[in-house]
Amino acid sequence: MHLAYPTVVAALLFSVGVYGVLARRNAILVLMSVELMLNAVNLNLVTFDVWYRDRLHGGQVLTLFTIVIAAAEIGLGLAIVLLVFRNRQMIDVDRLRALAEEAPDAAPRPAEGGTADREAGAEPAPEPEEASP
Amino acid sequence: MIWLASFVALPPFLAAFAGMLSGPSLTRLLRGAPAGSPPGAGSPLRNGPALIACAPVAVSLVLSAIVAVAVWRDPGTRTGALTLVDTGSVPISVGLQVDGLAAVVGLMVCCVALAVQVFSVAYMSGDRRYSSYAAFISLFTSAMLLVVYSGDLIVLYVGWEVMGICSYFLIGHHWEERSSSRAAVKAFLVTRLGDVGFLLGVIVLGVGAGTFQIDRIVRTAGDLPQSTATAAALLLLAGVAGKSAQFPLHTWLPDAMAGPTPISALIHAATMVAAGIYVVARLYGVFLAAPTALAVLGVVAVVSMVGSACAALAQDDLKRVLAYSTISQLAVMAAGLAVGAESAAVFHLLTHAAFKALLFLAAGCVIVTAGSNMLAHYGGLRRGMPLTFWSMTVGFAALAGVPPFSGWFSKDAVIEAAQHAALHGGEVTSGGIAWLVYVGLLVTVVLTAAYAMRAWLMTFFGERRGTYEVRDPARILTWTVVALAVPAAILGFFGLGAPELRPQLGASLLSVLLLAVGAGGAFLAWNRDPALDPARALGPVRTVFARAFFVDELYAVVIVRPVQALARHVVQFDQRRVDATVLGTGRAAARLGGLVRFVQNGNPQTYLTGLLAGVALIAAAVVIFQ
Repeated sequence: MHLAYPTVVAALLFSVGVYGVLARRNAILVLMSVELMLNAVNLNLVTFDVWYRDRLHGGQVLTLFTIVIAAAEIGLGLAIVLLVFRNRQMIDVDRLRALAEEAPDAAPRPAEGGTADREAGAEPAPEPEEASP
Repeated sequence: MIWLASFVALPPFLAAFAGMLSGPSLTRLLRGAPAGSPPGAGSPLRNGPALIACAPVAVSLVLSAIVAVAVWRDPGTRTGALTLVDTGSVPISVGLQVDGLAAVVGLMVCCVALAVQVFSVAYMSGDRRYSSYAAFISLFTSAMLLVVYSGDLIVLYVGWEVMGICSYFLIGHHWEERSSSRAAVKAFLVTRLGDVGFLLGVIVLGVGAGTFQIDRIVRTAGDLPQSTATAAALLLLAGVAGKSAQFPLHTWLPDAMAGPTPISALIHAATMVAAGIYVVARLYGVFLAAPTALAVLGVVAVVSMVGSACAALAQDDLKRVLAYSTISQLAVMAAGLAVGAESAAVFHLLTHAAFKALLFLAAGCVIVTAGSNMLAHYGGLRRGMPLTFWSMTVGFAALAGVPPFSGWFSKDAVIEAAQHAALHGGEVTSGGIAWLVYVGLLVTVVLTAAYAMRAWLMTFFGERRGTYEVRDPARILTWTVVALAVPAAILGFFGLGAPELRPQLGASLLSVLLLAVGAGGAFLAWNRDPALDPARALGPVRTVFARAFFVDELYAVVIVRPVQALARHVVQFDQRRVDATVLGTGRAAARLGGLVRFVQNGNPQTYLTGLLAGVALIAAAVVIFQ
């Protein structure tokens, strides 16, 4: 079998996975897209393992590793998605914007409160301090 | 000799630190009553701070007496330098100089300081900060002794400044009261203003003469260029006016009455205010070389002596009467210096120290008994407290110049010198100034007699106006006062030894006549109704006198308020301009950052897209441009 067939399939799979990660809104589908990308990599590993007739079968061993890691990752990922769903009743990746920095003028942080007050203008002239020994 | 002089100043200096650090622990060691316990608890001999305060001053007194006797038996100037500090230009010699002037003034300082320390033991016995108070008095005394014995202008300036800061702490002893702390700040600022001029004068003099050593400066003062001598003398006069509370800078002294009474005695009699006159006497050669400065000194003295004597006439606080009389008497000394009567002025400095210390400490006794400073609360005290009464009578008589008390001899010597300068043309001042000084002195004699009489009558005669029990206070207070009454009475006779200090018939008769006029006037005003203040006879001028010609108010309008307004503007400028600029740069940077921050929208998919696009771009660039 020519090398082109499995590699092209793997490239297509990977592209579909990338598209899914970048474009899907549903977090579960994003996770599935990640799986697609991982499996495209697996396909490549197996293909080249066969192609080079590797005696130690490094590619296949690495594939097994990847599958284990993928299983662990999907377990964690689904748990996170579940928790997000319980908290927010939705898993739309578009609407999970907690990473965004809040707008600067929306609500001043406590550290800036004093200066914000002072520049608001019309501060009263401070009384001269009386010194005492 | 020089070593002896340095040992005079040393014990109080060490006592200051010992008292500050270990006064209360010494009390515990001696099993005495702790500080702040009610008056009368514990013997003075078990009072640690009191021992540390009094014993070293007593040692200094003995040593200074030895110095004085040695100088008396073998007159002449002795100088000695511990070390010569090479400054690159004019060297500073850390040394002392003992001559007749320094010896008698040093003896006087030690006497008054000892009296004040002993008086304070009883007067301040209930005070919980007595230990630091006594330590500051010790430091004050040693600073004054340094001024007196110093042989170098820079060393003198060190003592001068230490006195300034000690007076600040002592006047502000009761700093919990607003009036005390403000009086302390005022005294410090006003004397500081004069000290700026003094330091500049010292530098001008030192650079002009090429040395800071006092005896060499005085010896070569005649060779100085006229402008240098005049500038130096005028600048020194600024410091003298500040320390000795002369006319433009006198306002701190009456306010300094907020401090404890023994402090007033110390400042007024022996140390702070005497230092100014002493420095003029010490550097008299420089002033003789600058007649302009002497003329200015004469005018300032006349304004001070007449003005403050008028103010003393209308004060209703006993201590303020004495404070204004101090300004007036210091001006008499300054007038003596201005007409060339150096020894008469120094003589008056000594007698004034004796009777003013007596008057203040006796006033302290009266205040302890009556619990008030106000003349209106006294009256009829002579029956209950005879010792205080007779001592204070001696003090007032010496102040007014009743013969044969000490003040009469010394004041007469000054008046006589002024008369001589006015009639026969003085060697050092022009006739006009001498006439001004002479007339001013005569007017002052009348006014002094009047206010001394008024204070005396209102305190000790008439009906009692308070509900307190009248009796002489604790023995230690009374006997200190009585002991001071002796020199106040007889010190004048020591002047008979010098021909220029002997009283002369014409001037004496005139001054006794004027004295009788002043005292008689005050007595007649009082006699019309002994229950009322004789000052009411002054009529509408009384307010002007009582407020000391509104000088304080004038300064408030001309100096204090503009400075405060300026300070407010500076604060506003700082907040509205400087602070706003700093904060503005921060905000501008944040806004600029906001322009590129829109990509951080919180959607990881966008980030990943950017990442991928970046990788693709880099890969493409590598492929294309390799």
